[in-house]
Amino acid sequence: MLPRKDAVIIGLGWTGAILAQQLTEAGLNVVAIERGPWRDTSTDFNVAYIQDELRYAVRKDLFLQPSVEAMTMRNSAAQTAMPMRDYGSFLPGNGVGGAGVHWNGHTWRFWDSDFSIKSHLTQRYGAAKIKNLQLQDWGVTWNEIEHSFDAFEYLAGISGKAGNLKGQTQPGGNPFESARSREYPNPPMKMSYAPTLFAQTMSGIGYHPFPTPSANLSQSYVNTLGIRMGQCSYCGFCERFACGNYSKASPQTTILPVLMKKPNFEARTECEVLKVNLTPDGKHARSVTYLDANGVEVEQPGDIVAICAYGLMNVRMMLLSKIGTQYDPATGAGTVGRNYCYQTNSAARMFFEGKHFNPFIGAGTLGQSMDDFNGDAFDHSKLDFVGGAGINCVVSNGRPIGNRPTVPGSPRWGAKWKQATVDGYQNAMGFSSQGSSYPVRENYLDLDPTYTDRHGRPLLRVTFDFPDNDIAMSHYVSDQMEKMTKPFNAKVATVSRIKKGWDSVPYQSTHNTGGAVMGADPKTSAVNKYLQSWDVPNVFVVGASAFAHNAGLNPTGTVGALAYWAAQAITTQYIKNPGALVQA
Amino acid sequence: MKKIIFAAAFAAFSTSAMAANTDAGKYQSVLGDCEGCHGKNLAGGVVLTTPFGKMVTPNITPDKDTGIGNYSAEDFRQAMKAGLAPGGKLLYPAMPYPSYARMSDGDVAALWEYLKTVKPVKNQVNVNQLNFPFNLRFAMRGWNMLFFGPAPYANNPGKSAAWNRGAYLVSGAGHCGACHTPKNPFGADKAAALTGAALQGWFAPDLTSDAGAGLGSWSQADIVEYLQAGRNNHSMASGPMAEAVENSTSKINDADLKAIAVYLKDLPASRGNGGGATGIEAQMKSGAVLYDISCAACHDRNGKGSLIFPPLAGNPTVRQVRADSIVRMVLAGGKGAATAKAPTGPGMPSFAWRLSDNQVADILTYVRNNWGNRAPAVSPETVGRIRSALHSGS
Repeated sequence: MLPRKDAVIIGLGWTGAILAQQLTEAGLNVVAIERGPWRDTSTDFNVAYIQDELRYAVRKDLFLQPSVEAMTMRNSAAQTAMPMRDYGSFLPGNGVGGAGVHWNGHTWRFWDSDFSIKSHLTQRYGAAKIKNLQLQDWGVTWNEIEHSFDAFEYLAGISGKAGNLKGQTQPGGNPFESARSREYPNPPMKMSYAPTLFAQTMSGIGYHPFPTPSANLSQSYVNTLGIRMGQCSYCGFCERFACGNYSKASPQTTILPVLMKKPNFEARTECEVLKVNLTPDGKHARSVTYLDANGVEVEQPGDIVAICAYGLMNVRMMLLSKIGTQYDPATGAGTVGRNYCYQTNSAARMFFEGKHFNPFIGAGTLGQSMDDFNGDAFDHSKLDFVGGAGINCVVSNGRPIGNRPTVPGSPRWGAKWKQATVDGYQNAMGFSSQGSSYPVRENYLDLDPTYTDRHGRPLLRVTFDFPDNDIAMSHYVSDQMEKMTKPFNAKVATVSRIKKGWDSVPYQSTHNTGGAVMGADPKTSAVNKYLQSWDVPNVFVVGASAFAHNAGLNPTGTVGALAYWAAQAITTQYIKNPGALVQA
Repeated sequence: MKKIIFAAAFAAFSTSAMAANTDAGKYQSVLGDCEGCHGKNLAGGVVLTTPFGKMVTPNITPDKDTGIGNYSAEDFRQAMKAGLAPGGKLLYPAMPYPSYARMSDGDVAALWEYLKTVKPVKNQVNVNQLNFPFNLRFAMRGWNMLFFGPAPYANNPGKSAAWNRGAYLVSGAGHCGACHTPKNPFGADKAAALTGAALQGWFAPDLTSDAGAGLGSWSQADIVEYLQAGRNNHSMASGPMAEAVENSTSKINDADLKAIAVYLKDLPASRGNGGGATGIEAQMKSGAVLYDISCAACHDRNGKGSLIFPPLAGNPTVRQVRADSIVRMVLAGGKGAATAKAPTGPGMPSFAWRLSDNQVADILTYVRNNWGNRAPAVSPETVGRIRSALHSGS
């Protein structure tokens, strides 16, 4: 048993690093316990080899491997879930920085109508409209949490253009975003040809495109901790890669240089937490047990335990530690595992002749977006669904192995395929829809009854399929996308359509949300509005696991905001008066 | 009862008086960067690579068996200012007593008061691992006769108080010359003080007012910012200087940093780096292409750097007479100083695996002779020599 710490943080990605920074700033003695390796920019993300597509994008060098932790999956409770052979549909990160190392950098704020989604939709359309969905308010309001979004954006140096400053619509920004208190810390990225053409064409038919808010920095920047970041070089190696130029916001580029120097902070890497240990009454966490790099079992006591792993792993850690009660889809009782959501996507691809899109000028978030069909930006009263999708034209890369678009019907191999890839490389552009994913009773997370990990602990079981509401939403958006391709006058245009029967193999999105959702009612939420466990009040569970539903927006901006929000509750309320911050 | 209160009051008074002296002494240890050689806990054991072999720094904690717990104040003063340990043992000048000899007795006494308060650590160190014949300590008697003239700092009445304070710090406790002043074959300072010197695989830059290799284009404020933050708009500390900044100069008070800047800006210009190279057209052409591919993303196509990465245009580190530091940086990479004022500490990755000796030579010749920089060309042989030295771990 090691000496007690004020706070033990499980996982040193975005949320763990933000909590550690804020808690140590408040004077607490903090240890972060991270399963994966230590990683730093110049030594691990060497600019001279970080663009190795085979190593990082194909062989997934920075990602969690199933030998370390796998999951089982099924589409419905009637099926037997099977363990995956490899991560495919989503790719959790591994090591210090977590998924914050290999993300693309799309940095959105969920909308005020997301945080009060049930109230909002009920008021606008009536309760019957959402009767088949398990939508619920998040327990926190926009006005309460706006400054936490601001804190994350100024930490990360987000490049963008405000569309709504204190309620005033701003030209060039997103008119559908919720009111922000100030402009982005950096101006938008410079646009290449495809997003420029997209924005011109969409404006021409009355839509509202704007620069996608980006954690790839448009200029060098000194952040709120005094840490300096570089300007993005548009190399096109963001997603699945780490940034070697200090120009993509990550815990490494925005927090760790300050955090690691603090005498009241310690990071232990290659240490896998097995469980959180509770007192016999199950109402207080006293320590965590982990295996260190040598396989030695160690117990680390702490006054506060913050579970800051990837969202899915947060839920599994709660279940393995018996924090809260497993959700039961048959009865609706229990909260841990409830409201698991994903993302509902489709894509438009257009082929031209004689164009030079130069996709090698790329960045994870180099693009233009429009929210005309996102969330509740459009009237759903005559439609048979709720929700929507952001439409994004992003030139993330022109990498030689993965990016070889060919006109439909082209040969799949040989000289003619080679010629088709040469033609397609410069002549293809596309845009995609990133659709909301709303909770239904039958989508949930629990522990698998059969399969275990290398330590003998049950794997997480994912039971998920696209709800009918989301299929209808996505098809409606695909219809709009077909219309949107028309004014481009492309030689060939295709739009994909989502189908029932989620397939865990092809990559879709690493936006897994819910399972330990926040809310005002302990019967329907695992954590309260401060991300504090209703059942074990010295445990905070921070991450996308707290999302009560998923919007048509990338989650990281909201994850970062929730981390600041939870840290503020701990430093300003909890440490003065430890205990439940909200009475159940 | 009264007696007890009085005793307690006296104890409190004497503790605070001692604390004041200890703080003053601690500041002397910052100025002298004791941690730099003797380690964070001052228990020694740090290996110094010298042209004469390896030296391991001794334990200077107050441990009685393995440290300096049995020293008297006078023993300590003799060690600092005369290079003499108790029993007449001669110190090696890797311990910069020729510099410390210039410190005032008051400052040395304050430092002693502080060292008595640090935590004693038991750590037996075998200091002398030098090659024959340098391992013979008595030889230092001759060295001292030839090269050591112990003289306390003498005020120069023709200069300002700040200049004199700066000169006292630079030549005394700060022992800047230990790295930045060229050495003769016996490891003693040459007359050309602070004109730059090679050591431990690096080249400590010229600190004189020479416009090419020195600090001619820097303002006093630039010098203060560099020493305080580890970076300024011209350059960034890395390698041994990053350690010196992190341990020492970033903790020196503003008035003393200003004094150091006043003094350095008044140093007469050195003879410079010999100016630009001729006959390097092929290297320049090749270097320009390689630079754009491997270097421009961070250092900018025009060598201007950015808020985070140091510029190469006008950066004195790039323009030294010898290119050891920058060759080493390209081959092995390095990390910038991280300080409270500039906490980033950005890193330069290693390019050793993908750039040949010729390519490194071309890039650096280009960098040293572009955007207003002028410095001798870098040869592939120089790069090869440094590459081998890095491989053999020296």
